[in-house]
Amino acid sequence: MTVKITGPFTKEKLAFLRTGDDVLLSGEIYTARDAAHKRMTEMLKRGEALPFDIKNAIIYYVGPTPAKPGRPMGSAGPTTSYRMDPYAPMLMEEGQTGMIGKGPRSEEVIEAIKKNKAVYFAAIGGAGALMSKKIIRSETVAFDDLGTEALRRLTVRDMPVKVAVDSFGNDIYKTGRKKYLEEQK
Amino acid sequence: MRNIFVNKITDAVASLARETNYYLGEDVCKRISQCREAEDWPPAKDILAKIEENIKTAGEDGIPLCQDSGLACVFLEIGQDVHLIGGSIEDAVNEGVRKGYAEGYLRNSVVSDPLRRSNTNDNTPAAITYDIVPGERVKVIFAPKGFGAENMSRIAMLAPFEGEQGVKDFVATTVFEAGGNPCPPVVVGVGIGGTFDKVTLLAKKALLQPLDLPNMDPYYAEMEEELLKRINGAGTGPQGFGGKTTALAVKILTAPTHIAGLPVAVNLNCHVARHGEIVL
Ligand code: SF4
Repeated sequence: MTVKITGPFTKEKLAFLRTGDDVLLSGEIYTARDAAHKRMTEMLKRGEALPFDIKNAIIYYVGPTPAKPGRPMGSAGPTTSYRMDPYAPMLMEEGQTGMIGKGPRSEEVIEAIKKNKAVYFAAIGGAGALMSKKIIRSETVAFDDLGTEALRRLTVRDMPVKVAVDSFGNDIYKTGRKKYLEEQK
Repeated sequence: MRNIFVNKITDAVASLARETNYYLGEDVCKRISQCREAEDWPPAKDILAKIEENIKTAGEDGIPLCQDSGLACVFLEIGQDVHLIGGSIEDAVNEGVRKGYAEGYLRNSVVSDPLRRSNTNDNTPAAITYDIVPGERVKVIFAPKGFGAENMSRIAMLAPFEGEQGVKDFVATTVFEAGGNPCPPVVVGVGIGGTFDKVTLLAKKALLQPLDLPNMDPYYAEMEEELLKRINGAGTGPQGFGGKTTALAVKILTAPTHIAGLPVAVNLNCHVARHGEIVL
């Protein structure tokens, strides 16, 4: 099933998504990876405000290639998500509703997803050119000094992702393989 | 004795850096499309189709195949009758990386120190492997390596009694436990034998072999086939969402080893299996 969803990405809008659904996302999302996550959680621990409104936000784990002149974005596929696992629960507590990355998450993250009614989307690892075409605007919001790892606001149109962990905690990295193998019997 | 200016090597590295990050080898493209045709699990087939679309988009629109344009792995096969002149060979390679990554709008993904982690901002230094070979030519092989797959690679110092079965189990388990992390479908590079350091290099060099040519040694050709079947039978599938296309190929390289040892290494590469070469 393919569903189209447009931001803001409220819990209510994401609640009916189920693991395995294909989704086309449109609207504003944010980018952050290892270094930006470290900084954001440090800011929160110091009691400082984050440089953007994290409520109802989707964060895309990506470190793009530099954009060519006249293009909003370079190659922009997902990076491996487990490296953001130590930081993700804290951000969900602040109101983040979605994450886009690739690969399995820890039990702690899945618990936080359930508790906060968030969703973890997977994009196709290695499909950076394809994803780039779905990004129509990009601006740096903070941490410019981090280069590719800066915090950016993207405007996306019909960005193809798959629900990897839905708000009930169903995990495609556990169920996908099983379902396929059962089907083979 | 033949003189070769090292700036020729700079040019070769720069052009390979640009080319390999935008275009995949024909053997890889062909294998992906064969796998898409053979895949009978619809979500898996869909992902493989999107991967093919990505390859097409990269070439047609001039966008790098993947945002992780990799750490530059450079293999130099230097003929023993060559005299390299005009500067340091290492500097020449790094200059090529610097140039190629800037001109190709590629990502700088290298930090200067593994713990203090500040970006070098030009993707240098490269990881260079030198081999001295007969003749008077220089072969420059360039393989940008993404770390999604690199991070899932492993080495084991098995005991000789563990034998063929031990090696096969280690390879299959490594791929299975990597799950969706290395961006499957993967290419599995296997090194067997040598020493602790040599075996990992064998595994990395195995990833440079063409996917459509079986191993020259029938014993290992059969093992490659058997391992591929076993890995794909485990159901991980493209991106780890289920399916039979977990690996595109298994490639084995071996070396003589010690009577007391059986080193084995697995170096994984993602479906963006980039490499190219220029002979000077
Ligand atoms: S593992 Fe390969 S395909 Fe995946 S993000 Fe890294 S370079 Fe790209």
